[in-house]
Amino acid sequence: MFDGLLTAIVFLPALAAVAIALVLRGDRTVRLVAAGAMAVDFLLTVLAWLRFDPSVSAPQLVDKLGQYDTAPWVPGLNATYYLGVDGLSLPLLVLTALLGMCAVLASWHVTLRVREYHVLLLVLTAGVQGVFVSLDLFLFFLFWEVELVPMYFLISIWGSGRKEYSAMKFLIYTVFGSALMLVGILLLRLSAGTFDMPALIEQGQAGLIEPAFLSLQAIFFLLFFAFAVKLPVWPLHTWLPDAHTDAPTAVSIMLAGILLKMGGYGMLRLNVGIFPDVAQDVAPLLAAFAVINVIYGALIVFRQTDLKRLVAYSSVSHMGLVLLGVASMQSLGLSGAALQMFSHGIITGLLFLLVGLLYDNAHTRHIPDLGGLASKMPVVAVVFLLAGLASLGLPLLSGFVAELIVFLGSYSAQPLATVLVAFGIVLTAGYILWTLERTLFGPELPRFAEVRDAKPVDVLAMLPLVAAIVLVGVYPALLADIFKLGIAGILPG
Amino acid sequence: MPELAIWSIIGAPLASFLLIGLGVRPAFGPRQASAGYLTILAIAYSLGMSLWVLAETLGAEGHRLALPTHEVLSAGGFSLEVGLLVDGLTAVMLIIVTAVSLLVQVYSQGYMHGDSGYTRYFSYMSLFTASMLLLVLANNLVLLYVGWEMVGLCSYLLIGHWFHRPSAAAAAKKAFIVTRFGDFFFLLAIIFLFTQTGALVISDSAGEADVYGVVGKTLTGAALTWVALGIFAGAVGKSAQFPLHTWLPDAMEGPTPVSALIHAATMVAAGVFLVARFFPLIHAADTAITIVAVIGAFTAVFAASMGMVMKDIKRVLAYSTISQLGYMMMGLGVGAYAPAMFHLFNHAFFKALLFLGSGSVNHATGTFDMRLMGGLRKAMPWTWGVFLVGSLSLAGIPPFSGFFSKDEILGAAWHRGDTLGQFVFWMGLAGVFMTAFYVFRALFMTFHGEYKGGEVGAHGEARHPHESPRVMVLPMVILAVASIVSWVANAPGQNQLAGLLGYEGEEVQTFPLALSLIAALAGIGVATGMYLFRALSAEGVSRATRPLYTLVARKYFFDELYEDVLVRRVFYRGLAAAMDRFDRTVVDGTVDMVGLVGRNAGRVLVRAQTGQLQFYGVVLSLGVLAILAAFLLWGR
Repeated sequence: MFDGLLTAIVFLPALAAVAIALVLRGDRTVRLVAAGAMAVDFLLTVLAWLRFDPSVSAPQLVDKLGQYDTAPWVPGLNATYYLGVDGLSLPLLVLTALLGMCAVLASWHVTLRVREYHVLLLVLTAGVQGVFVSLDLFLFFLFWEVELVPMYFLISIWGSGRKEYSAMKFLIYTVFGSALMLVGILLLRLSAGTFDMPALIEQGQAGLIEPAFLSLQAIFFLLFFAFAVKLPVWPLHTWLPDAHTDAPTAVSIMLAGILLKMGGYGMLRLNVGIFPDVAQDVAPLLAAFAVINVIYGALIVFRQTDLKRLVAYSSVSHMGLVLLGVASMQSLGLSGAALQMFSHGIITGLLFLLVGLLYDNAHTRHIPDLGGLASKMPVVAVVFLLAGLASLGLPLLSGFVAELIVFLGSYSAQPLATVLVAFGIVLTAGYILWTLERTLFGPELPRFAEVRDAKPVDVLAMLPLVAAIVLVGVYPALLADIFKLGIAGILPG
Repeated sequence: MPELAIWSIIGAPLASFLLIGLGVRPAFGPRQASAGYLTILAIAYSLGMSLWVLAETLGAEGHRLALPTHEVLSAGGFSLEVGLLVDGLTAVMLIIVTAVSLLVQVYSQGYMHGDSGYTRYFSYMSLFTASMLLLVLANNLVLLYVGWEMVGLCSYLLIGHWFHRPSAAAAAKKAFIVTRFGDFFFLLAIIFLFTQTGALVISDSAGEADVYGVVGKTLTGAALTWVALGIFAGAVGKSAQFPLHTWLPDAMEGPTPVSALIHAATMVAAGVFLVARFFPLIHAADTAITIVAVIGAFTAVFAASMGMVMKDIKRVLAYSTISQLGYMMMGLGVGAYAPAMFHLFNHAFFKALLFLGSGSVNHATGTFDMRLMGGLRKAMPWTWGVFLVGSLSLAGIPPFSGFFSKDEILGAAWHRGDTLGQFVFWMGLAGVFMTAFYVFRALFMTFHGEYKGGEVGAHGEARHPHESPRVMVLPMVILAVASIVSWVANAPGQNQLAGLLGYEGEEVQTFPLALSLIAALAGIGVATGMYLFRALSAEGVSRATRPLYTLVARKYFFDELYEDVLVRRVFYRGLAAAMDRFDRTVVDGTVDMVGLVGRNAGRVLVRAQTGQLQFYGVVLSLGVLAILAAFLLWGR
């Protein structure tokens, strides 16, 4: 079986990166090629969506080299090149290509070592796409690690502030998680005898996996730890505000928009999919951490004075909803978690894009220095308002649907946690509106007399995200139906 | 009537919003007059269709149109079926919303003339109307909640229309956040209701798993009470009832036509409508319905007391709205469903009229401070005339419309005969006196006596007041006529509105009616004595009652309690600051500490790598000796 489309999607950005590194010269050419590659990549993911059969919950568009046991791709390991998408991974794949495209457009104003920058950005995108479509656990781990290196350099070279510190912090946290995940993956391989993820999920659901060492709980937590770092789950979150704040705009978009989703994706696919019984047992614990993430994260947002750091902590708060959805261990709640991942990806991606624009024009992110920018930057102001309202869960924008479905799904399983998390809607409204007030409203300030509004290329980067936020908000079935299909694959019945 | 025609009632203003926002504004700039025409056209269309809906509903069996639902979303055992609910209540609300909105839009053309946000203003006004119409028509809790939140959003956008003014930006934010507290409980009620019963559709023509159907079946006892209280909490936020009343007076920062719309037909009416919509559910929960009555009655008096001392004419009217909404809530609380909705209907006209009147005065004098007005009767005869009509209606003087609906509420409370009924009646009666007093105080301070010069200009010159343009006067005159005759909708003895709402009223009772008329006349009398004839000095009265006067004038210190104490001290400087410090020092501090230990441990171990063979030899030998010693000591 080798369909080829997914392979093309994953390796197109990588191929463009190679071309830029080895052949192409000139900043303008590099930018155009990178943007073109990501645009084509995005269209390919749309093609994958169109070809996806929404009546089949099994993986589709499969690319497989070799056979497990008889003729594996890597004989010694019994690992195989095995890609495929189902209802859970398809939307995330599209999201990655979409945000990757917007990230390239958002990098139009980067002038430092343009070639290297785009090579790393494209490799990063390819790596994350690989994570979402891998159906071989070994391959999954390889792609998982690919993302690390470009991210480290992107932050430490093109970042700002304490960029080396933040990049190193990000690296150490992630590597620490990966190390434990590797142990977990190896234990799983020894216990179940395969890297085939659909087969692992099947065995796990049937309760056929006998732990070779330790216990199922131990393997569950070894994997969970890596995902908890990425999501992030309190108290493993402190790399996030530093990395987001010091990263360049496009990298913040990728970090918040997609990299955090690798954590949620891993939890859904591996923790819930392979260990449903363990997940059920620890659900109350997860719900408790969800409450901490949402409430604690929101409280800290109120004290932030750096606009980027503020958005970063709001991510910590919003990702708690994903954890609550997982803790529901019901298909409705899990669908909500997946929806929240997608929705948060486009909303926060847009927010970081806007903060970057604001900073480029006003030359400060320090909130007490900002104000009255609405009349100077009407386009940025309107989109900022829209993104903020989406973030606070206003109906007809994507955030509301995700929140509502999480709540409806989790209330019967975790009533207390749901009530506490739901109070987050009041806190979110508070900090979002307060932030909008302090940055956009109030009298015009003389020091911002020279501030300009978004340029056409910036509008081009914002447009697809705005469209996605409204589209999902107005017609959520578009995503919910697909995610429902994906959830049916990992939590039958 | 085709279903699509009913959807188009929402669709027309929504299309107007999109057309102005995406077409008119980018193409023709921020002051384009066609934005106003488009909005007026769209809402006029909706009004026409609403009249059709009313006619159809009057003729329909059980005054309810049978309409289908459509599944738009299904996820894991949950399906969202969207549809429209058209019954008597909907039909009445449609008329209120579209009629008042239409007149407000016409007036806005004059009031907002030359404003740099003219197109933005009208696009949001269109969206505001569309959202309220969605809220009124929704036959699904989720869809209703969508409309509910969109109404809140539009209030936010319109209160903050002049966003360059810090006070306007702050008021807009306050309105959204305070009402969000109510929304939180409303959302919990929806979630809880869904989990308990699976019902999200409000009223299904098939009559099974809908919200009305599950009351008393799968929803009983404590669960029923909690759902009812959650819904009511949502209404408390939107309708600015105690203790979530603080946002409404500040919302005066918006343009005056916005205030007229918010106070008459949209935002605050949504809360009362919500309680009315779920009346069968809330009424079935004894505790909840009693709380509705008590909160309503308390708010009616509490807000009226503040209205008596405000210096700003719009704030007087704002507290008046809170107080009148209290009347509607207490009406619902004592079971007087139709009278409460009748009062909402009448109130919509006379309160919109009073607000537009205050806007007209502001147009002439540049201020809302009544101490700078006075004597405007001669310069602005039309405004004075319509304001007088509105005041008489609000005070409850026959034959003006407010008299009829308010006295039906008081009559229903009196008729109950129990403690709750007595409490509500006497509170309501006290409110009648206060209402008559504050509105005539405002009338006399604004239109009678000597003119005080209005807003002081840049060079210290006074403003010369003038009557407002015809485009502003005409809507006010229409509203004045409506304020006189709107009672025919539920004329005594005919009770058409009650019939449409399926409510059986009581006989009109002369004793409570006479009492309330006396109270109203007394209120007018005292106001006349103090502010027209100056028989009693207002300053003297306030000085004589100094501590009490300060308490009321400072709004019982609720703003200080909420904003200074709870939000700033307890929340921002207390809780949030503590968490922030904890995050930086303990959580992140631990991380840095682990990093530091790792690095320093490395630095110590590096010292051992000296590169000198002799040193390595010594360490090696010592190691061997140590092992040997250990073997000799503990071996065997």
